[in-house]
Amino acid sequence: MAYNPQLNANGELHHLLTIEGLPRDIIVRILDTAHSFLSVTEREIKKVPLLRGKAVFNLFFEPSTRTRTTFEIAAKRLSADVINLNVGTSSQTKGETLLDTVANLSAMHADMFVVRHAQSGAAHLIARHVAPYIHVINAGDGRHAHPTQGLLDMFTIRHYKQDFTNLRVAIVGDVLHSRVARSQIHALTSLGVPEVRVVGPRTLLPTHVSELGVHVFHDMARGLKDVDVVIMLRLQNERMNGALLPSAQEFFKYYGLTPEKLAGAKPDAIVMHPGPMNRGVEIDSSVADGNQSVILPQVTFGIAVRMAVMSILAGNA
Amino acid sequence: MRMPDAEALLDQLAERMRPQVSADAALIGIYTGGVWLAERLHRTLGLKQPLGTIDVSFYRDDYQSRGLTARVKPSDIPFEVADADVILVDDVLYTGRTIRAAINELFDYGRPRRIRLAALVDRGGRELPIAPQFLGAEVKVADNEQIELQKSADGRLSLVVNPVPAQERN
Repeated sequence: MAYNPQLNANGELHHLLTIEGLPRDIIVRILDTAHSFLSVTEREIKKVPLLRGKAVFNLFFEPSTRTRTTFEIAAKRLSADVINLNVGTSSQTKGETLLDTVANLSAMHADMFVVRHAQSGAAHLIARHVAPYIHVINAGDGRHAHPTQGLLDMFTIRHYKQDFTNLRVAIVGDVLHSRVARSQIHALTSLGVPEVRVVGPRTLLPTHVSELGVHVFHDMARGLKDVDVVIMLRLQNERMNGALLPSAQEFFKYYGLTPEKLAGAKPDAIVMHPGPMNRGVEIDSSVADGNQSVILPQVTFGIAVRMAVMSILAGNA
Repeated sequence: MRMPDAEALLDQLAERMRPQVSADAALIGIYTGGVWLAERLHRTLGLKQPLGTIDVSFYRDDYQSRGLTARVKPSDIPFEVADADVILVDDVLYTGRTIRAAINELFDYGRPRRIRLAALVDRGGRELPIAPQFLGAEVKVADNEQIELQKSADGRLSLVVNPVPAQERN
């Protein structure tokens, strides 16, 4: 069997770095376990003792309030101690290397690192160098992967649509810069979704994206026709100033999700967005707040999914 | 040892419970066998509270050494636990560790007025101070054997004895 840096010698999940190459049964187990954690998050006391005495370090080299918060809540609901480090504002600016930062935190008896970094591959690098008892979760690296977001999106789709094997899913917008889209595409194909579409202007789709097994559309009406799930991606503001897009208004005109464009999808189609949303840029407020939107449930499910990932990892020696 | 007939034991267990279980008592079955038993007892005893189910995976004391259970079922407690008269139902009582975990989980829902324990069989070997208030029968098996409750397609319950798989021995 090919070496997989995410798995231990028994083939169990040791780090979560990317959905690419993740065995399907592990993905399904994470979703099933998250389902059981959902009932925990609805109780009077929303805590279980699994990670009691463990120290989870949130290592964010790139700012992200929401993702960091949901990891923090997940770890606390598992009874772990959580240490939040916004490294961008401390050691790194003083010149310390990534691996030195990690070595120092390991010396403080960390059991798990949750890593967000602007460079693709940062979480892999850390996973290769930590002590064997430490687990690493990639919370987003560059344009590469954001596996827990991909998993919570799969949980959301399964919650509303039950079966993956008869679905048409459209991922719309800035796929080029999106680690979320890459994780979604790998997860959807691995779970057997027969038709995954990417929809966006040529400048915002990766050149060879069809090699990932997706259908490419540049026209919204054709791209959304008869889909069961619409996933809108965030259009990052910094992309608007370059040569990729004329303006946010023009992007909204062609690719912003309005009730009229959504009408081409199946009547029971759900609308998802990884957040934070740009209202009036990639999504119209009436859709974001409409009855087909499952954007807020995604956030709730994200906590249960991250609890599942952490408890499966920490239990695998 | 030949296992007793599970259906006959279940009838005896229900009759032992009947005089001491009021109609507002709440049954909680522990996955998997305990849930099958609790469903039957709930019907036989005609209890009013909806049936609860519990999966103790998030409270097990061997998580550190064995990791998270592969197939965790969601616990479902569809009644107010605070001040409830609860009866936990399990198939095989052994070390008592599963019951400890179930009691801990239950208290995260609220403070019950009382918790009692009903088990189909007790194989001894307790490692915690836990005892059943209602019991089908005591049975004897070797340390390297495990007792399993099985349910056939038509719903009939039976007890079988199997050797413990090598990787599950401590």
